[in-house]
Amino acid sequence: MSKFLNASIAALLIASPALAGDKLGLGREALPEEIAAWDVDVLPDGRGLPEGRGDVFTGEEVFAAACASCHGDFAEGVDNWPVLAGGFDTLDDKDPVKTVGSYWPYLSTVWDYVHRSMPFGAAQTLSADETYAIVAYILYSNDLVDDDFELSHENFAEFTMYNADGFIIDDRAETEYAIWSGEPCMTNCKDSAEITMRASVLDVTPDVEEDSASDATAGSETQTAAVAETEAEETKTEEVAVAALDPALVAEGEKVFKKCSTCHQIGEGAKNRSGPILTGVMGRSFGGVDGYRYSKVFKAAAEEGRVWDDESMAAFLTKPKAYLKGTKMSFPGLKKDSEVAAIIAYLKSFDG
Amino acid sequence: MDDALKAPSRRAFLKGTAAVAAGSVAGAAAAGTPDPLITEVQDWASATGAGVDETPYGLPIRFEADVVRRNVEWLTASPISSINFTPIHALDGTITPQGCAFERHHSGAIELAKEDYRLMINGLVDTPLVFTYEDLERFPRENHVYFCECAANTGMEWAGAQLNGVQFTHGMIHNMEYTGVPLRALLNEAGLDAAGDLSDKWVYVEGADASSNGRSIPMEKALDDVLVAFKANGEALRMEHGYPVRLVVPGWEGNMWVKWLRRIEVTDMAVESREETSKYTDVLEDGTARKWTWVMDAKSVITSPSPQSPITHGPGPMVISGLAWSGHGKITRVDVSKDGGITWETARLGKQGDTKALTRFYLDTEWDGSDMLLQARAMDETGYVQPTKAQLREQRGENSVYHNNCIQTWHIKPNGEAENVEVS
Repeated sequence: MSKFLNASIAALLIASPALAGDKLGLGREALPEEIAAWDVDVLPDGRGLPEGRGDVFTGEEVFAAACASCHGDFAEGVDNWPVLAGGFDTLDDKDPVKTVGSYWPYLSTVWDYVHRSMPFGAAQTLSADETYAIVAYILYSNDLVDDDFELSHENFAEFTMYNADGFIIDDRAETEYAIWSGEPCMTNCKDSAEITMRASVLDVTPDVEEDSASDATAGSETQTAAVAETEAEETKTEEVAVAALDPALVAEGEKVFKKCSTCHQIGEGAKNRSGPILTGVMGRSFGGVDGYRYSKVFKAAAEEGRVWDDESMAAFLTKPKAYLKGTKMSFPGLKKDSEVAAIIAYLKSFDG
Repeated sequence: MDDALKAPSRRAFLKGTAAVAAGSVAGAAAAGTPDPLITEVQDWASATGAGVDETPYGLPIRFEADVVRRNVEWLTASPISSINFTPIHALDGTITPQGCAFERHHSGAIELAKEDYRLMINGLVDTPLVFTYEDLERFPRENHVYFCECAANTGMEWAGAQLNGVQFTHGMIHNMEYTGVPLRALLNEAGLDAAGDLSDKWVYVEGADASSNGRSIPMEKALDDVLVAFKANGEALRMEHGYPVRLVVPGWEGNMWVKWLRRIEVTDMAVESREETSKYTDVLEDGTARKWTWVMDAKSVITSPSPQSPITHGPGPMVISGLAWSGHGKITRVDVSKDGGITWETARLGKQGDTKALTRFYLDTEWDGSDMLLQARAMDETGYVQPTKAQLREQRGENSVYHNNCIQTWHIKPNGEAENVEVS
């Protein structure tokens, strides 16, 4: 071991059963190709970046195809998915908007994360150039660069993020530990204790009966019925065909569909995202949406004339990759038969 | 008290009344009516039960079917990148069974077979190495019990009393006995001479899942007590806890406990990954953020009674029970208040606290049937005293999400129901 070890680390090593130099000869040497495949992290100073480049214009296209279904066309975030742009000057608010622009201190973090862990459900599929382009577009959507900006391994280190100086290293030892220690008060610690806030007022606690099969209660049945009624009224005015479906099941399916909505849209105004439009999917041919780039297995199924019915949809949704080997749908499958039935009812409620 | 309240939790209420009803049957028996459960031969006392082969791997009996992890759907966009909560209101002792220990995934829990498992050590090491799962089991191994708490545990309570159940306010925690190899043994196997002065070096750890969830850990911690673990509570890690191998970083925030651990890189600086910059950093009142806030400070909470575990037996002898823990070492003392922090009494520790592990505490007491404002306050071996919510806000403001270790208050009502409240 190094003679430069500081005292505490040296002490730790000596105290441990695996003494310095006492190697067991286990494992094998990692090959350069293997290290290159896995060691792809990028350090704040830019070390680890591959060569490449991408501009805002290209980035907008790649972003629209790969990122916008969750993050929005303008990086504004869809539903609960992360907002990537804006939020400047909100960090001292009670609800700070922490975006790439307003909060992230290093550009390397953006590049590294996009390249390695995005898009959600298809990580490690973006090329270096695509990643440079997406990062350039995210900077543009934050008004941090102009529309003719191009990001590359050459100019990467020159860019300083907006909140680069916004962080301090953990100082709790100095600011907190000293004042929150010692013998605490045991009696007459304050004059009174009055309730100032109650959780029930907000009423955001999940209803825990829902997932507990063992105790179905009158209470939850009443609530389900109420939801179903509302849902029935809404669907009645929209489509007559829906009348044949169990509105409670459709309502349940709408909840389950949240798992799908990462990649799929359904209903009025739906567009192809990372997955095809699902409006009218029941009764349609496999691979039947124009303009969507299906995987080979879907194209083959379409040629065979296969059609989505209850049985095929249930089999696919239970184990997508087993049912259609080679599908690029990353969803692992629904575990409960009740969820499958609900989602099929929901899909049927949009008959295109 | 406010009269225009919604019922705190229908389930808690129903469970409460059901149990009260059962209690009154027993009460009637005590008053002179023979209890048929005793006087009549029951089926289970006459017919035979289940054979030994019925459940090769057993699950809890069906009467415990509600002791499960639960999700708060509105918290996250998708259950694939989300968190659920340990049912700590229904557990006792300190060890968390794997099957109900909270899960946090960033790209879902993956199925990774032992034979497909590889662990790489590279970067500033003498010889970059690749280990198989079998290799790891050939290193000298150790057993340790540690708590794992998500930095966001109790995070929803920063702004005020929000979630009505200790499962939801404090359930991002579990406590298991791990079997594994000290990380220092693996680093030593690769050799650290190439790293030079170790005092400013780091290890960057990442998982095999799509999120990779990379984190930087200072070398001093890596050489101290970090474990590369492959068993928990005596059996293989469950898939959702990182099968076949996860990192255990005692006392430090759960996000660093990388699951499906696939790579350890020795570096000369922190990588400043997404999970250590944009997430898991603490925004203070002026908008500045603290980073590298790894240690989970001392914290405690009463698990029973609590909103999901109301008092069902009426006034008289009762046990107030809860959990305490500290990322700085052992819990040395827990005090309990029944009046919202005006007076305190010291609780009994279930057993002497282990370092960086959950400690169970009990206050064996009498309830007179009146309102209580229950609080617990932990102290650890460094002398640190768990702060109130007001003290935390005074230091940090209200812009934070993570590292909320404030004292929690439950309002116990005369009918035994409990509610999450904040007090002056």
